[in-house]
Amino acid sequence: MDLFAYAPAPESRDVVDIRPSYGLFVDGAFTDGGGEPFKTVEPATGEALAEVASADAADVDRAVAAARRAYETVWGPMSGRDRAKYLFRIARILQERSRELAVLESIDNGKPIRESRDVDLPLVAAHFFYHAGWADKLGHAGFGADPRPLGVAAQVIPWNFPLLMLAWKIAPALACGNTVVLKPAETTPLTALAFADVCRQADLPPGVVNIITGAGETGRLLVAHDGVDKVAFTGSTDVGREIARTVAGTRRRLTLELGGKAANIVFDDAPLDQAVEGVVNGIFFNQGHVCCAGSRLLVQETVADEFLERLKARMATLRVGDPLDKNTDVGAINSAAQLARIADLAEAGEREGAERWSPPCDLPGRGYWFAPTLFTGVAQSHRIAREEIFGPVLSALTFRTPQEAVEKANNTPYGLSAGVWSEKGSRTLWVAERLRAGVVWANTFNKFDPAAPFGGYKESGHGREGGRHGLEAYLDI
Amino acid sequence: MSTETVPPGRGAAGLRAFLHGLPGVDRVGADERAARLATRSIKTTAKAQAIDLAIAMVDLTTLEGADTPGKVRALCAKAARPDPEDRSVPPVAAVCVYSDLVGVAVEALDGTGIGVASVATAFPSGRAPLAAKLADVRAAVAAGAAEIDMVIDRGAFLAGDYATVDAEIRAVREACGDAHLKVILETGELVTYDNVRRASWLAMDAGADFIKTSTGKVSPAATLPVTLVMLEAVRDYRAATGRTVGVKPAGGIRTTKDALKYLVLVNETAGPDWLTPDLFRLGASSLLNDLLMQRRKLTTGVYSGPDHFTLD
Repeated sequence: MDLFAYAPAPESRDVVDIRPSYGLFVDGAFTDGGGEPFKTVEPATGEALAEVASADAADVDRAVAAARRAYETVWGPMSGRDRAKYLFRIARILQERSRELAVLESIDNGKPIRESRDVDLPLVAAHFFYHAGWADKLGHAGFGADPRPLGVAAQVIPWNFPLLMLAWKIAPALACGNTVVLKPAETTPLTALAFADVCRQADLPPGVVNIITGAGETGRLLVAHDGVDKVAFTGSTDVGREIARTVAGTRRRLTLELGGKAANIVFDDAPLDQAVEGVVNGIFFNQGHVCCAGSRLLVQETVADEFLERLKARMATLRVGDPLDKNTDVGAINSAAQLARIADLAEAGEREGAERWSPPCDLPGRGYWFAPTLFTGVAQSHRIAREEIFGPVLSALTFRTPQEAVEKANNTPYGLSAGVWSEKGSRTLWVAERLRAGVVWANTFNKFDPAAPFGGYKESGHGREGGRHGLEAYLDI
Repeated sequence: MSTETVPPGRGAAGLRAFLHGLPGVDRVGADERAARLATRSIKTTAKAQAIDLAIAMVDLTTLEGADTPGKVRALCAKAARPDPEDRSVPPVAAVCVYSDLVGVAVEALDGTGIGVASVATAFPSGRAPLAAKLADVRAAVAAGAAEIDMVIDRGAFLAGDYATVDAEIRAVREACGDAHLKVILETGELVTYDNVRRASWLAMDAGADFIKTSTGKVSPAATLPVTLVMLEAVRDYRAATGRTVGVKPAGGIRTTKDALKYLVLVNETAGPDWLTPDLFRLGASSLLNDLLMQRRKLTTGVYSGPDHFTLD
């Protein structure tokens, strides 16, 4: 291997300026929070990066009131064309600051810079550009001549794609004429707070976007607040259930984007090398911290041995390590808690009789790391085949016929995404028609576009984000 | 990996069934994989190592109608000592010329250890009777060529007449004697990646020591995804048969940056075993000077202009 060892190629941290402490962004200004401040940690080192304010009930009141005021006085009455100008401006600033934001995202989240630079940030800007285009054309979206916004949107987002999930939430809300109070995840607040600065740079009127930080309690206060008209949540199915209970029986509209246990179905006539690549991308992208991750591999028995052998050879070339190294493929696990959960499920997999395999790889001595892992001989009844692991762990099962593949793929409480690998178009269509999943990828995986609606079946949530369909969640129709 | 090989005594139908039974290549996926590997960042020590490796892998090539003995001798001098001001620069792998100039190159390279490669078989079109192609090969070998770069009959391949292509490669293989055989697929004319994979297996099975992308006379010449597909083919072929075949992208590789992308592709597709001039070559001419310029930039920290490197 030493014939051509890649030298370290770290992206410079100098482009970001992390302050020792951060406040809440309410009504266009940073303010202190009433709750106990918390620390956000760099997953690659386990060390604290900054202290972040925590919003209490009074802060949530303030933020919602600011959003209401902005909705009633500025943003609601503003013409779509003028709203679009702000959104285009934000999109351009995001592009201009993309290097800084990508580095900040990788530091706070642990994802490889290659992904934050080549996937997250381009998509973030694309979402704002796309929705800026809708702002003055809502009358042509199929929801009536002049669809009205809902009002104040409370948005709670997860830690796996901090800035991208913010974009998925804020861009359509603003385009449709709503104002927002957004709570980023407690382990990854920094890019959301940097986004607050982007809003100021764009001269967005105060109160249109409010960012409040805090733990689960802050989120609970926000989604239960009487002053909000709409709740949007992306995160775990358990928390989603709790929010649904809270919101039930109130006037607040709700969309949920929750967990997944997606099947990647590989038929024996698949383009095998690209299928291997797609399976790897499906589960090891973003350390498997992806709600639509292809965490179950369903491979046809006729090619199973060959395919798994190829998959292992490919997994052995994954480069695990420093998220800021430009050659890193798999970065750090986001938090100690998530690492413990992944380790627990992996142990359960072994206990239940599946065969565990990881390529040899040197994990850094500090920080949170988990080697890319493949389980073979997995049965549908194993926990690793049923529960969302949200880590770099792939469970491989086999099938004999297309019917069996569909049956197994659908045999999960989730239904967010699925992949089909075959060179035979008719088979792909037959399978795709029968899969109960919000997104079905054919001969590819983890492809996102702001024009394509994304969302789940069953316990993966309801409502769609992106595309024309995604506007519906933020319009009073 | 793949355990299938061409069944012995298969006949034309069996050969066709085998080649069409190879797993398909999804173009979008292959392009994406190649593009992603191209984002690898090769810096400092890795770059220095890679540049010297790339220089040692160059098949320094001149294939012009206007080639003269003088031009070939100049190229040979360059091949033996690419940078006259720096003796630590390794020599290139081979000098590649037309068959009638093999003798000149052999004489000029005498004692350097650098091989002479000759294009043959009615290069670049391959449109000549088999007897003429074989005569071309024998003349080159007789003049001292250590390596023969043949072209396949793309017309026959595209017509589905794989047996003819197969027979021709075997005949050339025979005529090569001890000389190494590189089989040029001319992927720019085969167009689809499925064809590239099939042609790779066909050539390897018929005895190729190397499979080579292009003549350099057809556009597109070498591309990263095409080379990726060929590297997958040699990897799978070794797993199936135990025999190791080399790969040579040729044409259109002009910069150090390009060359490094190819080395990354080799490293992460076929594997580090292929990172040797015995198994990977870069068919190029202007590439060498860019490698030398980047090498000097890396060692001295100063960028010397193109006038500091010889044009041959």
